[in-house]
Amino acid sequence: MGWGLVAPALLWTAAFFVLPFAAMVALSFAHMEGREVVRGFDPGNYIRIFTDWTMLKALINSLEITVVVTVVSVVLAYPLAAIIAFRVPARWQRLALLLAVLPFWTSYVVRSYAWLLVLGQNGVVNKALLSLGLITEPLEIAATRTATVIGFVHFFVMLLTLTIYANLIQLSPNYARAAADLGAGRWQTFRHVILPLTLPGVVTGAFLTFVLCIGDYITPQILGGNAELTLPQLIMLQLGRSGNFPLASALSVVLMAVVTLAYFASSRWLRLDRV
Amino acid sequence: MAQISTLPLTAVALLAVASPSFAQELNALVWCDHTDPALIEPFEEKFGVTVNLKEYEGTAAGLAILEQSQPGDWDVLVIDAVDVGRAVEAGYLAELPADQLPTADFFPEVVMAENNTVDGKTYAVTEKFGYNTISFDKTKVDPADMEDMAALTSGKYDGRIGIYDYYLPVLGLVALGQGINTADITAENLPSLRDPLMALRAASKQVSDVVSAQTALATGEVDIVVGGGEWLTAVLAADNPNLDWTIPKQGGLRWAQSIGVVAGSTQPDLALEFVKYIVSPQGQARLATSSCYWGMPANAKTGDALTMEERAVLRWNEQTEYLQRAQLYPIPDAALDTAMQDLWTEMLNQ
Repeated sequence: MGWGLVAPALLWTAAFFVLPFAAMVALSFAHMEGREVVRGFDPGNYIRIFTDWTMLKALINSLEITVVVTVVSVVLAYPLAAIIAFRVPARWQRLALLLAVLPFWTSYVVRSYAWLLVLGQNGVVNKALLSLGLITEPLEIAATRTATVIGFVHFFVMLLTLTIYANLIQLSPNYARAAADLGAGRWQTFRHVILPLTLPGVVTGAFLTFVLCIGDYITPQILGGNAELTLPQLIMLQLGRSGNFPLASALSVVLMAVVTLAYFASSRWLRLDRV
Repeated sequence: MAQISTLPLTAVALLAVASPSFAQELNALVWCDHTDPALIEPFEEKFGVTVNLKEYEGTAAGLAILEQSQPGDWDVLVIDAVDVGRAVEAGYLAELPADQLPTADFFPEVVMAENNTVDGKTYAVTEKFGYNTISFDKTKVDPADMEDMAALTSGKYDGRIGIYDYYLPVLGLVALGQGINTADITAENLPSLRDPLMALRAASKQVSDVVSAQTALATGEVDIVVGGGEWLTAVLAADNPNLDWTIPKQGGLRWAQSIGVVAGSTQPDLALEFVKYIVSPQGQARLATSSCYWGMPANAKTGDALTMEERAVLRWNEQTEYLQRAQLYPIPDAALDTAMQDLWTEMLNQ
């Protein structure tokens, strides 16, 4: 009876994840001869990924951007979630959350192009800074890594706010009261009581941010202006331009390996059931 | 009661009239300029059919879609003219009846029989062409400078240049700048293009796709787009008449797209009618001024179907000179193509 209930999900996972993934791994050991894919067991694609500086740099770029985006997003989202959970009256919390996730309602691509206009030389940011006299020359923000990070952070702060809020709202106020009774200050209460209890929500949101950010190629392409390549962009180049499916598969396996490592690194605190 | 019993029948009748599933459908694998309703709807209305369009970018992606499809899935294919041979070699294109195509009315240079014909059989027909050259804002850039590619890396325009993110035309332009014809690019002389390509990259602010390049030029993020042309600036011309393009003294590249019927199409006659519509003066005018991007129509008789303003933006009267000064895209074999893409990837990650 139990297996019967689980079977549909297992079949679904096998058909749409396990089998395609196995096929991708097998393809990653193939190689190209001219424009033909030659199947076999050739580790050349993996050797190339870790010895060709262009490819290695794309991996490093992806990791650097992802780590910065994840950390900045957590730092911004935590206070926002805390304000909504503890400061906003209960009857307004739903509206506050709705406003927080409102940007989700627009297309991801449209939002990225909108950011391009905001961050451009003649964009809102530069015009505001120039008119306030804070700068004399427009800042170079668009088509840089900074623009990529800003675009990502804008997106992921919303996601993290939701996961952290879901954790904070479940905390009984008695924890903070008990800490206060024992003489703890507000910082000590946060540091030793609230933060450890909300860590699962933070890590869950951070892990999802990591996964979504490291696999995205739209934002670096639009906002980063191709100023540097990330791993997903490199995969897209192999798929769309070169037709080098074996190398694209190998790069994708490396990407999945990085995500898997991130999972194991955070698994101690990870509570995906709280998403 | 009677009202209730007639409702399902009414619904079925309405569905029969309205549902496209009852109509004949044509499936076309195209570039974005074909997705303009102004181009497609007249054909759909005339033949009472629905044209399903799927956009793709890059020949490799298009061929991959065909490879993963069943025979009969696709009826029409739009492809880079220089890649028609690849599609024919892979067995994806059906022979076209050459006597039913108006190629006698075409600009002679863009008939491109050497590309559209294989072993004496016609497999595709050129539908649109244009130039990959230099687009710029003439209020911010000295137009005289744009007549010489050397100005791009002179230091005068550092940080104000955008590069169109497509390796074939830009490497072709870099080759022309070095005095190498696009047809003469080989694995042996490709390394000589590395330093000028990297110098161009160092002088540029970004490497962008079509939309980002247009946005950057329109918003003043960059003042020059290398690899641009009328296809990049024409759709912006109405709002921003300062945008211009030119072919420098070293020359430019001519791009061309072809259209053909996919081998195994279950409705080859309708597919052929679509091809004939696209290369007719009316279809050509709509395709030339598509909302996605503009380009010169291959059919020279299209001039009458375009307004004077549209002809001016397309530089209709200067085509004779432009066609003489422009060279075709490089047509690399697989090994050279890989080497060119590796060089391009290295440039992107510089």
